[in-house]
This record gives sequence, C-alpha cells and structure tokens, in this order.
Amino acid sequence: MVSPNTPETPGGAAAPSAAPRSIHDVVIRLAGNSQDGIQSVGGFLARLAGRSDQDVMTYMTIPSTISGGPSIFQVRMGTGDILSSGDRADMLVAFYQHSYDAHISSLRPGGVLLYDSDHVTPVEGDNRFTQVAVPITSGTVEAVGGAGKDKGKNIYILGLIARVFDLDVQKLAALIKERFGGKNEDIVRNAMLAFDAGYAWPQNNLHDLFYRFEAIDLATRASGRPQVTMDGNQALAYGLLAAGVRHGAGYPITPWSSIMETLRTELPKYGGLFVQCEDEIAAISTAIGFSYTGHLAITGSAGPGLSLKMEALGWATMAEMPLIVVNVQRGGPSTGMPTNVEQSDLLQAIYGSHGDTPRVVLSPKNVEDCFYIAMEACRIARTYSTPVIILSDMALASRIEAFDEPDFPKLMVDPKADLSDRGADFKPYPLDAITRHAPPGSKIGSGKYPTVTGLEHDELGHPTGSSKLHTQMTAKRREKIKKLGASLPSPELNGDSSGEVLLVTWGSTWGPGLEALKRINTAGVKGGHLHLRHIHPLPDGLEDIFNRYHKIVVAEINDEGLYGFGQLAMMLRARYANPAIVSVTKTDGLTFKISEIVAGVARHIESAHLDASLGVAQHSALAKN
Amino acid sequence: MSSPTLVSPPTPAITTAVPLTKKILTADHPTWCPGCGDFAVLASFYRVLEKLQYPHEKIVTFAGIGCSSRFPYFVNTHGGHYIHGRALPFAAGISLGNDDLHVFVFGGDGDGFSIGGNHLVHTARKNVNLTYVIMDNSVYGLTKKQTSPTSPIGFKTKTDPTGAIDQPINPMRTLLNTGATFVARSHATQVNHMVEMMTRAAKHPGFSVVEILSECVEFYAGAFDSSIPRKGGTWSLIQEKKNDGTPEDADRHDVTDEVAAFKLAGQAWPGSFGVFYENNVRKTKNVLEAELVTKARERTKNATDLQLLQATFAKMR
Ligand SMILES: Cc1ncc(C[n+]2csc(CCOP(=O)(O)OP(=O)(O)O)c2C)c(N)n1
Ligand code: SF4
Ligand SMILES: [Mg+2]
Repeated sequence: MVSPNTPETPGGAAAPSAAPRSIHDVVIRLAGNSQDGIQSVGGFLARLAGRSDQDVMTYMTIPSTISGGPSIFQVRMGTGDILSSGDRADMLVAFYQHSYDAHISSLRPGGVLLYDSDHVTPVEGDNRFTQVAVPITSGTVEAVGGAGKDKGKNIYILGLIARVFDLDVQKLAALIKERFGGKNEDIVRNAMLAFDAGYAWPQNNLHDLFYRFEAIDLATRASGRPQVTMDGNQALAYGLLAAGVRHGAGYPITPWSSIMETLRTELPKYGGLFVQCEDEIAAISTAIGFSYTGHLAITGSAGPGLSLKMEALGWATMAEMPLIVVNVQRGGPSTGMPTNVEQSDLLQAIYGSHGDTPRVVLSPKNVEDCFYIAMEACRIARTYSTPVIILSDMALASRIEAFDEPDFPKLMVDPKADLSDRGADFKPYPLDAITRHAPPGSKIGSGKYPTVTGLEHDELGHPTGSSKLHTQMTAKRREKIKKLGASLPSPELNGDSSGEVLLVTWGSTWGPGLEALKRINTAGVKGGHLHLRHIHPLPDGLEDIFNRYHKIVVAEINDEGLYGFGQLAMMLRARYANPAIVSVTKTDGLTFKISEIVAGVARHIESAHLDASLGVAQHSALAKN
Repeated sequence: MSSPTLVSPPTPAITTAVPLTKKILTADHPTWCPGCGDFAVLASFYRVLEKLQYPHEKIVTFAGIGCSSRFPYFVNTHGGHYIHGRALPFAAGISLGNDDLHVFVFGGDGDGFSIGGNHLVHTARKNVNLTYVIMDNSVYGLTKKQTSPTSPIGFKTKTDPTGAIDQPINPMRTLLNTGATFVARSHATQVNHMVEMMTRAAKHPGFSVVEILSECVEFYAGAFDSSIPRKGGTWSLIQEKKNDGTPEDADRHDVTDEVAAFKLAGQAWPGSFGVFYENNVRKTKNVLEAELVTKARERTKNATDLQLLQATFAKMR
C-alpha cells in the first residue's frame, strides 16, 4: 500500500528537470544519535537493494553505552560486486552539529551533504561539497503532526534518498509496511506520511541531484533464487540450522549475543533447544553434553568468553567430541573495545589451550559465507569427531548484506542422532580409524560400555599411564586433523598467478583485500590476492603459491606484536619459514580501508607506481561535472 | 528433552534383556585406597541399579575430577570423566539432550562446593532431571590433603599447616538454598540407607542431590566418627511424617516443608541423616523445554525443517 499522497512516479508533482545520471555505486553515511533510527533507514535501503537484485553492504557503529550517543550507519549499494563498505562517503546525512563536525571529513570532494537545517550550521561557502539544507526536524513534525514530535525523521530522510536515487517507491513502501505492519495503524500511517513528505520535498531545493543505478546484468545472477538481506550473525545461526544443529548453550556477550538469541527463538520450532547458562564454562560443558548424546551442538562467545571455554575445549579435543564453537571477535584484550572490530583472537583460537590440542579453525569472508562456513564447520565436526572454531568478527556480525537465498532442498542436513546398536567390536578410540562415539542410549554388543574421558586412555577409553599409548593417541588426534588439511580445496586466488606481490587476507578482510588488489593491478603491479577460510589446518600447497611471488603481504586487523608480525603472518612464517612473508596490521578498531592496505603493500615492495592514493576515487560519484 | 523427530527409531535389540546384576555392572577395579569410604558408595550404587533395572544402555554415570570422581570407570554403563567442577552442566546437556536417559553424577566436596559451586546452584534451580551424589570427605583427596570447603576450622592440611581458619560451608543449607527439589544426606558406613536415599533420588523427577559423608582414610581418618555408633558416635535418622494421624506424627519431619528442612540443616554436628526436602510440584527444565517445543510446533503447524527455513528466508527478501 502506498499512502494517497505518494506521487505515482518519481516524476509526479515534483519532476526533476534533468534526466537522472547513471552511477555504479554510492556510499551513504547517516550520522545522528543511536535513538534516531538511522539503523532502520540503513536496513530499509539494504533490503530494498536486495529485492532489486542490487548488491549492498552496510557498516554500522553503535556506541557501547546502552542508549543515546552518536551513532552512524553507512550503506554502500550499487550494481555488481560490492566488496567493502567504502572508504569515504559520497553522501553524508548529518542530523546534528556534532554529526556534521565528526563526519564531514569522511565525505569525498564533490559529494553531497544533506544536513538538518534545524540543527546544523555548516561552514559557510565550503564549495568542496554540494550542500543541501533540509529542514528534517520541522519537515517531519509538520508532516506527521501530533504528539510524535520529531519521531520519523529517519523515514523522512529515507523518502528524500529514495527520490534522489530514483529508488523503487512501491517496494520501499512495502518494506515499511512489513516492518511496522504488526504495530498499530497509526504507526504505519505516520511512517508513510513522513516518507511522502521527504520524497516530495521541493525539487528545486535539491540542486538537480538525481541519479539512477546502472542497469543490472541479470545474466550475472544465475542462481535463479531471490536475494535475502541479513547480517552475519543471522546468516551464521541459520547456517547452523540448515546443517542440522538443534542444540546449543551460551552466555551473553557482545557481539555474539544475537546468535544465541536467534537460536533460542528458532530452535524450539525445530524440536530443539538452546540453554542460557550461568557462564561460558557451563555453556561449553552443556554443549559438549548435547554432542555426547549424539546431537552436534553449538556454543559461542566473544574473546573473553572463548578464554573461559579453553579448559573444556581441551577436554573435547582429548575425548574427541564434535562441537561447534563460534567466536565473534571484538577489540581486546579484556573488555577492550567491545563494539569494535579486531582479528586478534586467531592465536587464541588455534593455540589457546593446555597440552597438544590440534584445532580446526575456520573464518567466514563475508555475510553470505557466515551461512556456508557454519554448514562446513558442522560437516567437519561430524566427519572428524572434533571441535571446530568459527572465527567471525564484529564487522560481519553487524553489517547487512544481500545474497542469493541458499538452495535449501539441496543443503538441509538431517539432525537425527544415531542411537543404533553398536557391534561387539565397538571401540570409542580405535587407533586405526577416526573416533565414532556411541551416544548413551545405544546398545553395545560386547556389553562393555564406553567411558568418554579427558585422561589419556586406551582404545576402549580406560585411563592409561602408558607412554606408548600417549604417543599413539596424540598422533591419532593429530593425524585426523592433518587428514582434514589434505582434503581441503585450494584457497581462492585472484589476480596474477605470480608476480611482485601476493596479498593474503583472512576473515572479513576479504573484501577490502580484493579491492586493494584491483588498485594494485591497476597501477601496473603484478600481484595476486589469496584468501584463507580454512586457517587451521591450512590447505596443502600454499608454499608453491607463495614461491611464485616476491613478497607475501598478510593484511589483518591485529597488532604487529613484539616481532613485527600480525597473528596470521606469524603463523605462516613459522609454518613455511619463508622470509618473504611480511605483515600489514592495524589496531584502530575499524575495518581496513582499501587505501590502508595499498599503502601497506607499497611500504613492502619497491614499486614506483604504487602509493596509497592509487586508484582511490578522489571525487565522489555524485560530483557534478 | 528431545523431540520425537530428533532421535532415530529404535533398532532391534541385540540381546534379549538380561537383568542387571552387580557382575554386569562392574567395570575397572577401583583405584581407591583400601578402606576408602567411596567403595561403599559404589557398592550401594550397584544395588540401586539392580533394584531399578533401567535398560542398561540408558544409564549414564558421569563425574568431574577427584578421587570420588573416578567413579564412572568402575561402573559398566555409558559414562564419562569430565573436568574439575563442571560435570553438572555437562550432565544437564546429557539430560536435556535425551530425556530417555537416567543420568547420575558423582563427585567430591571440592568438585561440587568449591570449583563447581556456581554450577550446582544453577543446575539445581533449573531443576534439570538428574541425580547428583556428593561424596564429602571434607578434604581434597586426589591432590593429597589440602583444605576443602567442608574442612572444619582447625583441621590441619598442607595448605593450612596450623589448622583451617576459614568458615566451612554447611552443605545441607547450601543444597537447600540452591532450589534443588530433592535433598538428602547419608553416610558411607550405612549401606542400606545409602541405597534407599539414592533410589529415592533416582526416582525423583527433577534435580535430586544426596550428600554422603565418605571418609578419606588416607588424609582425614576419623572425620565422621561422631556419626558412627560403633565408634561411639550417634546415628540420627530423620523420622518422616507418615500422615497416620497418630500423636507421634506431629513431631515427624515434613519433607515438603522447606523451613523445617532448614531447621534440620542448622542442627549441631553431626546432625541428622535422611531426606531433608522433597518437592514434586515444580516442573523440571526437561518438561518446560518440551512445552516450549510443543507450543512452537503448534504455532508453526508442524512445518518441516525445510519449510521453516524457507519461510524465514522469504521474510528476509
Ligand atoms: C582446573 C583444575 N584445577 C585443579 C585441579 C586439581 N584437582 C584435582 S581434584 C582436586 C580436588 C579434589 O577434591 P574433591 O573434589 O573433594 O575430591 P576427592 O579427591 O576428595 O574425592 C583438585 C584441586 C584440576 N584437576 N583441575
Ligand atoms: S586419598 Fe582418600 S579419598 Fe582418595 S582414594 Fe584414598 S582414601 Fe579415598
Ligand atoms: Mg573431597
């Protein structure tokens, strides 16, 4: 439904005088306070892009304080692959003076500043930007009226943006209705009034700002399935559901909590359950208990909670229990920067335990991959009877992306526990095969029931002090993980297959890494980009790839440490003893800008062509020529 | 709890069920010191299982770390030996993961009241359906004589060479406080009593806990002599209300009366033995979770997993 005063077409009452200019993509930064609902504007735009088969990526900061305080939401949408949320903005919407002051520097020259003329006084005569004064507050109050005051400013701005970028008003109206539909009718009506008022704001005030995204080449979108729009935590939770996980346990911590909240709500529908425990130790213990009953289970946390789970993880390795552990990384150590991004839990995930505990660690590269990596983690946990750690991060957890709906009929995994009878020769810990536990409830043919244990044990699970058995069992636990490593596909390699430089990334740094490679190649430097989803064990064959480049530059969001190398770089150097492996790191709690990676690479290679500004669009796509 | 969809259909039995006997239930030979009280607890547990005759494959014996926590190795059932103090949350996962199972957890005073103290509180308040037996020797046995949370003031240990100075906990008061729905106390020198207490605990729907004074002959010999008649102590049994209308019944203990239970817990050492408290009204977490499933399944009209996921994703277009 569209309210009666919505113009029929983008032309309507206020037809733009010029034809829209075609753009490839745009970065819009909305800056206000956290209670202004700018996240929902971003959400609407992201979902609209998804429904229009456009690509979209968002980026959000919310203050860690409970309410109020400055907040931004950045959305990048456009045609074709959108790999990062964009270094700088083409359009800044400033709700307050402090929003303007803090974010005007993020606007590209030639970009558009939309500011609330009721609250913001921009620097006069600043002709680097197109400045548009919009009475956002008074316009909203006027349109909505009544006691709502300025509630609805976000939707007013959404209307204005829809107009400037010639967005599909019908689809947006449908989204607004869906979003507020459950609430009372007044709310939907007020939202539509605000939307229409923003949309109909007089054209001549807009300085002929009117754009349209390039047409989409539908042939490139071959899946034939519609796009869905969600954040990484949702994608991860639903990936687990598709993979047949029906049991879990956790303790709340940002940015992991929304995964457990989703699972607590969803699992009962699937006949499962999620337990909120008294702490992270209890949570992993309960989850292993579930796995022991034959139901692969999930627990998760952020860095501090992963530390608490370590002793139990050691047990799960020793007892060879399948388990999924999600760690949504944030800035550390300790409470650190709980709402910022960091990739500083890598070594904790791989090595953070007592004893020799060969680990499986995977990391998703984008929101869509959160879904698929969850499925893969479950497959590995079941096949190798082992805990698997998924390292996501704050950036993936909170940003919204659009991706093709998964092919569920093909992907769904049956969650049934195998309680079938076990033969008389059943052994929980055979030396010559991978452990397959018999969950309680299954009969054992020999009449000898197994004990799962954290003590070193023989093939039947009896404790042992035998040095020979400890050596053999340590090898058993190690070899199965090596076997997994040997079975892994070659990692994604983009760009030149040999050359000056190989850029290596893991986790959410994938997108910025790939964009950085494009700029490096554009500058005439031969180079490739290698992205690792399987971080431990590493896939076979990396040394051959590394040998084809002069420098291997590992970009990751963590500290260079005492010896000048980030965590993955350090591990790769240790593994391949290759001095060409070098590091680009940072610790500002923000995702990589493309220019930071390019500058980092430039520092490491001797190339006349390469400097940080290379390939950076100096001028906004919105600039008037 | 587990929904019917999550467990594979029963397969034909391997053997026709033979009655569970001590012989069948015996596994590794216990590694305890000769004379350790824990032997008697084990012997009593065999008798409990002989009495209850649960299907063999549905019994789970689980434990944390300590001398007492070695228990599962000595019982031929499905089972496990976990990490120090955390057996209860693990066992909660077992019980909630498959409601068909009979879950027993064994452990010591350090395992249960010290490192695992918070897990005890929360597993109990949630009323997870399982039975927990605490073998209290008032000392750390496995690590060779350090002070435990139930060591009395003045008891000399390697960590308190001049005698313990910290106030010990009162186990029964602590257990009642957790919200456990079955709380009993027994003594390793009283086999019949142990069998009775553990049997009642096993049959209780919900979180049942039995504290058993079990002497560590190696590091705290004589700790519980004051409740052993042949060593000059007094064995004081709780007389439970029979509701028979007799005048004596008025003085008997009402196990559903929490205040009366706390009064018993406050008695001077060595106190009384028997069932302090029993609440059969409160629902178990197993039942509450199953109800959530039933309600959710009704709301979603028993949609298949595939239909559910597809419907959820359709809303995110
Ligand atoms: C995390 C951890 N901390 C410490 C220990 C060492 N430890 C093993 S058993 C134990 C105490 C055992 O005392 P209790 O639970 O009373 O059992 P008992 O041996 O007396 O039966 C300790 C401290 C351990 N195994 N793990
Ligand atoms: S040390 Fe004490 S508790 Fe441990 S086995 Fe020996 S007597 Fe029993
Ligand atoms: Mg003890």
